[in-house]
Amino acid sequence: MQQIPVLRVGDALLVSIQIDLEDVTAVELQAALADRIVETGARGVLIDISALEIVDSFIGRMLASIAAVARVLDTETVVVGMRPAVAITMVELGLSLTGVRTALDVERGLALLRAAGAGA
Amino acid sequence: MSKAERLADLLRSNEAKLLPAWTGTVSAGLRGRLSPAECQRDLTGLFRVLVTALEAGSSDVGAEAFAETRALLEELTRVRAGQGFSPRETCLAVFALKDAVLDAAGDDVAVYQDFPALSRLVDDLGLLAFETFVAAREQIIIDQADQLLELSTPVVKLWDGVVAVPLVGTLDSARTQVVMEKLLQALVDTGSAHAIIDITGVPAVDTQVAQHLLKTVAAARLMGADCLISGIRPQIAQTIVGLGIEFGDIRTKATMADALLSTLRAVGVTVERAQPRGDR
Repeated sequence: MQQIPVLRVGDALLVSIQIDLEDVTAVELQAALADRIVETGARGVLIDISALEIVDSFIGRMLASIAAVARVLDTETVVVGMRPAVAITMVELGLSLTGVRTALDVERGLALLRAAGAGA
Repeated sequence: MSKAERLADLLRSNEAKLLPAWTGTVSAGLRGRLSPAECQRDLTGLFRVLVTALEAGSSDVGAEAFAETRALLEELTRVRAGQGFSPRETCLAVFALKDAVLDAAGDDVAVYQDFPALSRLVDDLGLLAFETFVAAREQIIIDQADQLLELSTPVVKLWDGVVAVPLVGTLDSARTQVVMEKLLQALVDTGSAHAIIDITGVPAVDTQVAQHLLKTVAAARLMGADCLISGIRPQIAQTIVGLGIEFGDIRTKATMADALLSTLRAVGVTVERAQPRGDR
């Protein structure tokens, strides 16, 4: 099974999803990320989904739930690089990721975290 | 001699009288929009293939022998529909053959014996012409709808990092989909974090249109862009409140100018007049 790497960039954690997420992988990611946040004391999490082409209701919900877990651990989550087709699908599925911040790319995402006083 | 062959014989032997009479009636009905020569050429062609088909021994328009007749008639009708002729004018071209035959028959009683069969044949051809006419017109309407869709959804870059979509015309699901895709793609292509949707050109906003707008804004937000709605006219503002539409935390502005100013501030650009207004 493939694992999603969680990289540390300064005070933030960078999760770059480069494969089509399977349900199990997403669940694993949520657990691994929670562990890493506590371990590193990171203040921000960037989830880069620019390579993600297909999103179903489960993956959409997992993104929201990963962000919610991070928030409980007092960490700001920014989802970056969502593709237009994915954004349309999410809206049609009724998932608007309330409470999750979004940015066009990793750079802007890092800037957003920095502005919020949570990033690198 | 079969009925079809008798009809073929009747048409062929009276060709010299029939064709001018037929062409005359048809071109009179068109009031000069098609030259008599053109009209005569079309009808002579149709007449010839019709006689050939009848000589094959069948008077059923659906039969194999009539394939050429049908093709020619459909082609003629399509051209007429494209030229903006009315259905009456188009179908009259076929039905006028009956009158021409009756006129040519005069006192010849033998003709009346075959007339019901001819009448039925002409009716079938007329119906075919009408069906083709309607289909051709529908195709024109579909093409125009597609053209409208392409025309009406430009995405404009207003400033570095600011794009706008001036919406014109009624919003339906298909158009919203196109607008949404174009806007989101423009956000990616230009790396813009700010978008303005201007609805000055949208004649009415109902719950469905509002729903479409909300979806577009939500999708833009998911991609990390801030989205404003501008161009809300006074009566539309009243309609929105009257219908109880909730725009939630989506920011709306009365004019595109307000929206641009507010967006420029968000980008960090300050706009000021070169000279204070009072000095002029």
